[in-house]
Amino acid sequence: MSFLIDNFVELTVTGLVLGAVYGLVALGYTLVYGVLQLINFAHSEVWMFGSFAAVWVTVALGVAPGSALPIVIGVLLLALLAAMTVSGGVALLLERVAYRRLIRLDAPKLVALISAIGASFALAELMGLRDRVAGWLGLRDTLDPYVRSARDNTRFRNPLETEGVFSVGGYTVTNVDIIIIVSAILMMVALDQFIRRTRTGRGIRAVAQDSEAAALMGVNRNRVIRATFLVGGIMAGAAALLYLMRFGVTRWNAGFLLGVKAFTAAVLGGIGNVRGALLGGFVLGLAENYGSALIGSEWRDVVAFLLLVVILLFRPTGLLGESLGRARA
Amino acid sequence: MLLEVEGLCVNYGRIEAIRDITFSVEQGSVVTLIGANGAGKTTTLKTLSGLRKVRAGSVRFQGRDVTHMASHERVPLGISQSPEGRRIFPGMSVVENLDMGAYARADRAKTRSADLERVFGLFPRLLERRDQAAGTMSGGEQQMLAIGRALMSHPTLLLLDEPSMGLAPKLIQQIFSIIKEIREQGTTILLVEQNAAQALKIADSAYILETGEIVRTGTGRELAADDSVRAAYLGGDV
Ligand SMILES: Nc1ncnc2c1ncn2[C@@H]1O[C@H](COP(=O)(O)OP(=O)(O)O)[C@@H](O)[C@H]1O
Ligand SMILES: [Mg+2]
Repeated sequence: MSFLIDNFVELTVTGLVLGAVYGLVALGYTLVYGVLQLINFAHSEVWMFGSFAAVWVTVALGVAPGSALPIVIGVLLLALLAAMTVSGGVALLLERVAYRRLIRLDAPKLVALISAIGASFALAELMGLRDRVAGWLGLRDTLDPYVRSARDNTRFRNPLETEGVFSVGGYTVTNVDIIIIVSAILMMVALDQFIRRTRTGRGIRAVAQDSEAAALMGVNRNRVIRATFLVGGIMAGAAALLYLMRFGVTRWNAGFLLGVKAFTAAVLGGIGNVRGALLGGFVLGLAENYGSALIGSEWRDVVAFLLLVVILLFRPTGLLGESLGRARA
Repeated sequence: MLLEVEGLCVNYGRIEAIRDITFSVEQGSVVTLIGANGAGKTTTLKTLSGLRKVRAGSVRFQGRDVTHMASHERVPLGISQSPEGRRIFPGMSVVENLDMGAYARADRAKTRSADLERVFGLFPRLLERRDQAAGTMSGGEQQMLAIGRALMSHPTLLLLDEPSMGLAPKLIQQIFSIIKEIREQGTTILLVEQNAAQALKIADSAYILETGEIVRTGTGRELAADDSVRAAYLGGDV
């Protein structure tokens, strides 16, 4: 108890940082669920691929920590762009390969879920075996910095040095903490506006509320589905870079746990609800931190999933309840 | 002919919901499709909007074969529908629902205020409820919204599926007079109804569907005066 009280500010800030990442990844689950009532189990791998894209950009550019600020910003923006592009691309590929045919055939959701689980394992293993893939292509040596130790942790050298900005309650809040929390909130606001104001966004809401009625309005459902995967993927790519800036390593199978946590955040906030995703992420991040401070950090994941079970038992519609479709402007 | 349907067959799995139906709709007319529950009226309209797959037969709209065209491509051609059960977007406001009706129109921004004005002119009630969530409105108001939303795409052919269902008699009168007004403004209407008496009164021509097949055809007046039709669909007297 006293540990929780003594470190309250630190636990809160790092909980929010973690929650921001969960929230951004949760968006992908929530958007796809809202439109298709389908859990895109492979979304975790969309995030994982984005994290590697970000790492590879920094490896390719070889910028050492402590470079001049414009260079640091440039590298981070390139890494962000690469992560968002790769994650968005993997998400689109997933839609094409793992789902499209099943959706057209109106297959049972369980079939689509199984297909997604298969795609998730395939993508994770593909990353874990990337040295072999490079070998087959005869590029093992050329690509060495990108594919070596494929089954170990892969480090991200953050070109931005972590610096304290201000102190409260014995904890020094860092520039990275601020960047992560503020970016997550800004991206959530941008997405919210996209869904409310743009034509594609209104199409997404319409399909989520009543997909047949949406078709009667002239909404191209397949286009909306693709847009949903793409937007969710882009958010996951951004989350991947933010995650790396704080936690510094990724791994071929790192998507699994993070994905389940992000899914928990989505359910917590009310699956299908865009604003709920970020709220759910923050609540989960804080609960994990406070919980592990109270009973020990080895209980962190237990706390997270206990929270999921409790929510499902007592408030299955999540904190904000309403779905993507129902959300009022 | 604006719409020509020939030998249309639609199945749900092995159930034949409509079998070999042939009918047409002339530009500027009101045509009604009446029949008991389960006769295949809704299936017919859904198929015309592209929501159901055609097993056999063809649909031509303005001379163009649209039998297998995707539903979202039919709206810009001029086919619009107010579906059975209204199917308004419950979480959107009245205005947002109407904006969804104009989704398919490239020049929707330019004509938006005139279009909204036209719908509010037909349904003043909707103007009062402009910013209310559509899901919280009464059945009658939702029906008005569904029709107004369908008009926002500037349809050449308006498909109406049971617009009077579940409404109080006074409201039913109002809806039917508005349907006439919409026709007078130049929109062709294909009206599906269980309320046969009212439908036959305003229809130029009518088709009677029974278990997926067209069993009678005539002008609205002819069918309304026919004894067997009166016995089966009009409860004896009109
Ligand atoms: N989604 C569906 N699945 C299976 N059968 C259906 C479905 N919709 C309608 N049917 C069947 O098709 C027939 C025609 O139904 P429908 O077109 O709704 O009739 P109506 O609108 O005239 O009441 C009925 O026998 C109905 O049971
Ligand atoms: Mg019906």
